[in-house]
Amino acid sequence: MSVRAESGLELAQRVLRLAEQEGATEAEALVTANSEQLTRFANSEIHQNVAEDNRSVNLRFVIGKQVGVASTNRLDDESLRRLASAAAQIARLQPEREDFGGLPGPTQIRPVEGAYEPATAGASPEDRAEAARAVISAADDAGVLSYGSFKTVTERLAVANSHGIAAEEERTYGHLITVAMGPDGEAGYAEGAAVDHRAIDAAALGREAAGKAQASRNAQSIDPGDYPVVLEEYAVMDLLDMLGYLGFSALAVQEERSFFEPGRKVGSDLVTIVDDASDPAGMPASFDYEGVAKQPVTLLERGVCVDVVYDAQTAAKAGRASTGHGLPAPNQWGPFALNQVMTAGGETREQLIGGLERGLLVTRFHYTNPVHYKLAIVTGMTRDGLFLVEGGQVRGPVRNLRFTQSYLDALAGVEAVGSSRKLLRGFLGAVLVPAVRISAFTFTGATQH
Amino acid sequence: MRDLSRRALDTASQRGASYADVRVVRRAEESIVVKSRRVEGVSFGESEGFGVRVLVDGAWGFASSNVLTAEEADRVGAEAVRIARASASAIREPVRLDARPPAHGRFETPFEEDPFAVPVDRKIADLLEADERMNAVKGVGFTETRYNAQREWKDFAASDGSETEQVITHVSAGIEANAIDGDELQRRSFPDWGGGYSAAGYEHLRRLDLAGRAEELASEAVELLSAPQCPPGRTTIVLHPSQLYLQIHESCGHPIELDRVFGTEASYAGTSFLTTDKLRDGFRYGSDIVNIVADATAPLGLGTFGWDDEGVAAQSVPIVENGRFVGYLSSRETAPRIGRQSGGAMRADGWNRIPLIRMTNVNLLPQPGMSFDDIVADTDDGLLLAYNRSWSIDDRRLNFQFATEVAREIKGGKVGRLLKNATYTGITPEFWGSCDAIAHEADYQMLGTGNCGKGEPGQIGHVGHGCSGARFRDVQVGVGKW
Repeated sequence: MSVRAESGLELAQRVLRLAEQEGATEAEALVTANSEQLTRFANSEIHQNVAEDNRSVNLRFVIGKQVGVASTNRLDDESLRRLASAAAQIARLQPEREDFGGLPGPTQIRPVEGAYEPATAGASPEDRAEAARAVISAADDAGVLSYGSFKTVTERLAVANSHGIAAEEERTYGHLITVAMGPDGEAGYAEGAAVDHRAIDAAALGREAAGKAQASRNAQSIDPGDYPVVLEEYAVMDLLDMLGYLGFSALAVQEERSFFEPGRKVGSDLVTIVDDASDPAGMPASFDYEGVAKQPVTLLERGVCVDVVYDAQTAAKAGRASTGHGLPAPNQWGPFALNQVMTAGGETREQLIGGLERGLLVTRFHYTNPVHYKLAIVTGMTRDGLFLVEGGQVRGPVRNLRFTQSYLDALAGVEAVGSSRKLLRGFLGAVLVPAVRISAFTFTGATQH
Repeated sequence: MRDLSRRALDTASQRGASYADVRVVRRAEESIVVKSRRVEGVSFGESEGFGVRVLVDGAWGFASSNVLTAEEADRVGAEAVRIARASASAIREPVRLDARPPAHGRFETPFEEDPFAVPVDRKIADLLEADERMNAVKGVGFTETRYNAQREWKDFAASDGSETEQVITHVSAGIEANAIDGDELQRRSFPDWGGGYSAAGYEHLRRLDLAGRAEELASEAVELLSAPQCPPGRTTIVLHPSQLYLQIHESCGHPIELDRVFGTEASYAGTSFLTTDKLRDGFRYGSDIVNIVADATAPLGLGTFGWDDEGVAAQSVPIVENGRFVGYLSSRETAPRIGRQSGGAMRADGWNRIPLIRMTNVNLLPQPGMSFDDIVADTDDGLLLAYNRSWSIDDRRLNFQFATEVAREIKGGKVGRLLKNATYTGITPEFWGSCDAIAHEADYQMLGTGNCGKGEPGQIGHVGHGCSGARFRDVQVGVGKW
């Protein structure tokens, strides 16, 4: 049988049958077929250009309360038989897991609109080179150099389990990031993401980054300290990403390492965050890696903790249903919110900045890392455009600063939210975010650029 | 596999590639995670495929596939050439590679006990024992005990006739205890959070003696809950190897990557303050006692191999000599731009990624004289910092900030009370310039990280760092509001 002709769901069901033959009492097969191409540019020329095709199967094999997991991208009959045998052997060799809640049952999966765009699945190296040239051209016009990447991705996901789950979906996205840098290292940044890569205006992003690099020229030193800030969307993405990692997971709550407590107010009234994979403005998905339908989950409503996301295991422990946020097995990290959406406010960018008597306009953060998990204290650097604002006007660029700041305190200090949002990709997934103004942000160090 | 490689090379050459190389890679991985007395996950994974890298009209192209057939070799070889031609539409300078003799041979990292031959139930029992001992300590909230083994078989072939085979085996293991009281959460881990790696076999786990350390470690996590907050100020710090290795990684290992220096990672990880004029001028990177090498031949190192992924033989490259900056991690493309030969640092994360300049084993050489304990005894007032908790550094690798799980006061040469939430921060050359003591060879150990991210699409690298502990003067500690 041709491995490429067989659908992902057919392959998953074939693997399930092999698991049953090996004696599984429950089994789950996850098939992922990824096609990913990325064109990278630096110093205003393409320097890396890659393409990848891969298809793999992940088998979760259950005997009672013993669970084994094996995966392979060798998809011939013999390799799949060995996969089932290996998963069975792993399961049998380990002690029973008393709290294992079983594999999930079927849920009503409603197909989402706009998860897949054939043009993106068929994007060519020439398409990506054209976008790169558009970004480079904008940088040329501004007298700066351009750096960045343009990626097109097709993911075909299929999940089948012995309780009757049979789900299959194709998803695509394009993602462009660019840094523009001037002769003294002054830099600007822009980013765009979309299910349809043609919706990304490469030239406009090139102009945005190049313009910011120009505006960053001759940056002056500024003392660290507490400043009110306007965080552009790229920086707000990091807040949501990090809080998703630290606290919006049911496992983090169950292990008592999360800040999250239902009813606890952690943000200002202006902060509402949901995880919603059905939002057509985001990157839609209809089910998770366990084949469970994705449910919208309100994480924070007007600053108050409402709920967290669940997978099958954490849901079983909590005595409720999975919200459809499971990751591939084995998963010691727990479920994650992969489609966070922050509610927009009513202020334009100019109004956000106009509300700063003396503060900083932050383009984005770099290399952030938690210093204290439960307090959500994070350190990181500003990067690619930091500006002093006085009297509601941008006065000029300043050198980058290090911050050490509780992201919860930052949410509590949100005093204005932008009216427009950007779709970006963080380390946890797609994020749809506005810019915000925060009353105080603690910068603890300075660097030389 | 040689037939497939030669087929892809032939296809690439016929379609116009002036240079091509092929890597056929198979990777096997086994992992076990125990959490709070229960086996959380046991998994075995394998992945195989091949990647074709070509130079056409002075531009790079790369394509890869997991289907190992002659027809696919033709398709992928042709696709790589097509991609390279698209790249050539937006280049300013054609790529030039340095000359090197064709590489031939076989290399395998040594081990005493094959980790894949040890029965799974024995491994689980070893982990459960360590985990149980942590949980026996009153006040422990949750625990994790981990094991991971990875083996990679890699066949490299290039259009210059190079053909090499390598088998690389890495093992990691570790324990972690977390204690929680209200909003306070304190973690203690050993030998590193997420596990400590070695290019070794199952003997690595036995030598770590996780069960033997479990009770003390868990007790320390509980003790940290009521420990005083690390106060802010400037003081002397003595870095244990468990923290010093990551300091080397972030503030020396990354800025010496010559691709970063030339801007090719600028849009993602950033650039480097160690610009090429600093090489020419003998930049003062650290104090006179600071000597650093990038040694791809070091025993047990995660960055040890026979040849890099361009077929350049493993070697030891001087990086810092007596405090002066003298060398970079480099590739066949970047080294000629500074008038040198490749130092052999190109490595790829599997068959579906291109090689990038990666750290090999970037090691801070020991100094004769004092042991680590002697350095502590020689310190009148300061902090002993150990076991990393958090790390961050700016996009040119200058301003860094680290947090450690353990901080102990040093008063009059004696180790005193435990402090919690310790942080320290600095500027790279100032910090290394303040280094006034490095422990002797008997304390030297090979550590490393299995979680070094770089590149787009993302690649995870295994890189080594040898060190013995060191002292730094006048360092800012206790950063932030607590």
